[in-house]
Amino acid sequence: MTSGFLQFANHYLMWNEGPLIWISDALIVLAVVAIVATLTYTKRWGWLWREWITTTDHKRIGIMYLICALLMLFRGGVDALLMRTQLAFPGEHFLNAEHYDQIFTTHGTIMILFMAMPFIFALFNIVVPLQIGARDVAFPYLNAISFWLFFFGALLFNISFVFGGSPDAGWVSYPPLTELGYDPGPGENYYLVAINLSGIGTIATGINFLVTILRMRAPGMTWNRVPLFTWSVLASCIVILAAFPALTVALALLLLDRIAGTHFFTVLHGGNPMMFINLFWVWGHPEVYIVILPAFGVYSEVVATFSRKAIFGYKSMVASLLLISVISYLVWAHHFFTMGAGADVNTFFAIASMCVGIPTGVKIFNWLFTMYRGRIRLTLPMLWTLAFIPNFVTGGATGILLAAAPEDYQYHNSYFLIAHFHQTLIGGVVYGMLAGMYYWWPKMFGFKLDEKSGKIAFWLWNIGFYVCFMPQYALGLMGMQRRMYTYPANMGWNTLNLASTIGAYLMGLAFLVIVWQILYSIRHGERDVTGDPWDGRTLEWSLPSPVPEYNFAVIPTVTARDMWWAAKYEGQMEHVRPRAEDIRDIHVPKHTARPFLIGLSFFIAGFGLVFEWYVLTAVGFASVLCCLLLRALEEDDEMVIAADTIRQHEATLGRV
Amino acid sequence: MATRAHAMGEPRDGGTRALALEYTHAEDRTRILGFWIFLATDMILFGCLFATYLVLRTHMDGGPTPATLFDMKGFGAETLALLTSSFTGGLATLSMRDGRQKSVAFWMSVTIVLGLTFLGIEASEFAHDAFIGAVWQRSAFLSSFFTLVGTHGCHVTFGVLWMLVTLYQVLRRGLTPRTARKVFVVNLYWHFLDVVWIFIFTVVYLTGMVM
Repeated sequence: MTSGFLQFANHYLMWNEGPLIWISDALIVLAVVAIVATLTYTKRWGWLWREWITTTDHKRIGIMYLICALLMLFRGGVDALLMRTQLAFPGEHFLNAEHYDQIFTTHGTIMILFMAMPFIFALFNIVVPLQIGARDVAFPYLNAISFWLFFFGALLFNISFVFGGSPDAGWVSYPPLTELGYDPGPGENYYLVAINLSGIGTIATGINFLVTILRMRAPGMTWNRVPLFTWSVLASCIVILAAFPALTVALALLLLDRIAGTHFFTVLHGGNPMMFINLFWVWGHPEVYIVILPAFGVYSEVVATFSRKAIFGYKSMVASLLLISVISYLVWAHHFFTMGAGADVNTFFAIASMCVGIPTGVKIFNWLFTMYRGRIRLTLPMLWTLAFIPNFVTGGATGILLAAAPEDYQYHNSYFLIAHFHQTLIGGVVYGMLAGMYYWWPKMFGFKLDEKSGKIAFWLWNIGFYVCFMPQYALGLMGMQRRMYTYPANMGWNTLNLASTIGAYLMGLAFLVIVWQILYSIRHGERDVTGDPWDGRTLEWSLPSPVPEYNFAVIPTVTARDMWWAAKYEGQMEHVRPRAEDIRDIHVPKHTARPFLIGLSFFIAGFGLVFEWYVLTAVGFASVLCCLLLRALEEDDEMVIAADTIRQHEATLGRV
Repeated sequence: MATRAHAMGEPRDGGTRALALEYTHAEDRTRILGFWIFLATDMILFGCLFATYLVLRTHMDGGPTPATLFDMKGFGAETLALLTSSFTGGLATLSMRDGRQKSVAFWMSVTIVLGLTFLGIEASEFAHDAFIGAVWQRSAFLSSFFTLVGTHGCHVTFGVLWMLVTLYQVLRRGLTPRTARKVFVVNLYWHFLDVVWIFIFTVVYLTGMVM
């Protein structure tokens, strides 16, 4: 009995691996106990179930995405700090090689797929229906399924650390290293299954928001009047739909290699590992545009609002978004110029990669021209936007260097590359998401986040960023390769590595200040009583904060591009403000537990696949089919909010 | 343009004629559009599987070749069954447009039977391949072959189940805008699988026979 338990503990819980695992176990148990105790003590279980788990309301789903994204930013950030601690000094043994491999793998995977993706989906959900004057997304039920697939995918990925072992072959998971013979154990299976689960949810989100933007816009909102954030979501969704199926295929085939013994990417029996690398990057490069395009959308909204000017070059902004979404699909091979595809192929992809700089440059100039002679207010969203511009331009310039194929042979897989993509992904995506979070926070929760602590976090983060990543360019040129877990003292890398680690800790500190800022502002943040705290331009600011469940009591009629601005300052208010006599009954989807159960069923099925316990897989998939059947036979999935209730509610808000 | 609008179920003469039943409610129109977009993503998924097959089809590792494996009678019969089922599925949609419930049920049943026939032949082909040692662990060619054709087969299996559930709803609830939309969408899915099969027929089987 005891020996059986010890075997289980060592094999699955990895208790023989030392304090890192024990500390994680203890923290997880403590966190779960704390959450359960708090919910029980405050009698919030019913609230959690009714208001959140079973909801199909896009605003609540958006908030859940946001919470997950911040939690995953924490997890990925801890991974980053562990790595930087290991690399602070030469010849360190804080982590062993195996743990270091696991940690850089989970860091990359989590930051891209379980931090950046839910962060953009948080903003998709919270903002798009409000900006286009809709009551919800096109398919609210599917939207909830997308969230729960993401949630359980992320959960599956994260439990690998304490149950069975994390994946350890890099976030790109290249075969043949990831084939069973070289990488046994459940780690890689976790990676393959978990990402595919959330990937299916992502495809559904892409369909959902594309249809929402195509079909649910308020009357009068012609394509020429669609706000730029919504345009960026449209472009991002198009890329999602074109790219994510390739990821699904790549991961599924590699999983087949591992659990069914096929030979897609093996080196034996005719397999071709490069096929995986192509399929992966056919998704992987568009993926970085999937996450950057919505950030561009955020910057466009923020710059216009805080310069008190209409955006400069609206049409060229839209054209550049769409152009980037097309070019994004034609550059994937620049991730492996060294594969040896030949000068002609490399030339095509080098030129295509450099071409991305043109529409992106157009956008940078448009943001600058919008600010030119504007009345700029240095609020938190605007600060992050201003910091983004030099940061992203530097990242873009080093990107051009990397895109030059012959030069890339020198930079490939060095710290130069690491510095480059962190600069575009942090300086571009994370800055944009933080700007968006600060900008729309009052719309979500009805209060602003505290400016003073926000500015401390801003400066800590920005200084930390440059201290962390500028040395890495130099380290790369000095020959330091990515993924090395330690280095000898005589390479001349010591000072730069130490500086980089100090910068990383400054960014970690900034994250803590942001957490403190949120907690502080819940009590003391400036309340938003008007619904329009920033003097905004688009329709979401015409609604009270937080927004009622039905969004618009009466769907507005759109007569201008910056409709709320036109309402406030150009006498168009009668098209936006609801009149009591126009309010009708509103149909909203009923609450339903099924999306949550579908996610849970996929989780069970996926867990079975990871360990090849096929009974669990069968149970999970059978349960998914049952949920689908129940949905198909469902007769009535809507409930009505009576016009009188809405009238009363709007009256208490002082709107009718 | 006029013909395309009609094919999409929208009125031919600018709105004076009634919309096709499945298009009468805005919500159903939205769902049909969403389903078209889903089919586009599924097409890309198959595109990736085709690309993998084309890269790996010559990697036979001294094992069974397409010429020894593919049986003209077998895949010919599969093609006949599936193409005919797509036609009968289309007849079900047309009957639905005319509001003839019994006819819809009849043609959907025929489609289901033809789909099952297709699956039966495919399963026996696969079983025969396995019997002579052509399993997907044997070579990269066989891995990609079974995955591509098998993924299509899984889609058809799901389509049969889906059509059964839809048939049940038509019999139970009659032809309402909602059930009409479901009949329309499941048939879209079915036609899509037929299109994919035509590519499998050409790229995998016919090219394999002459390779």
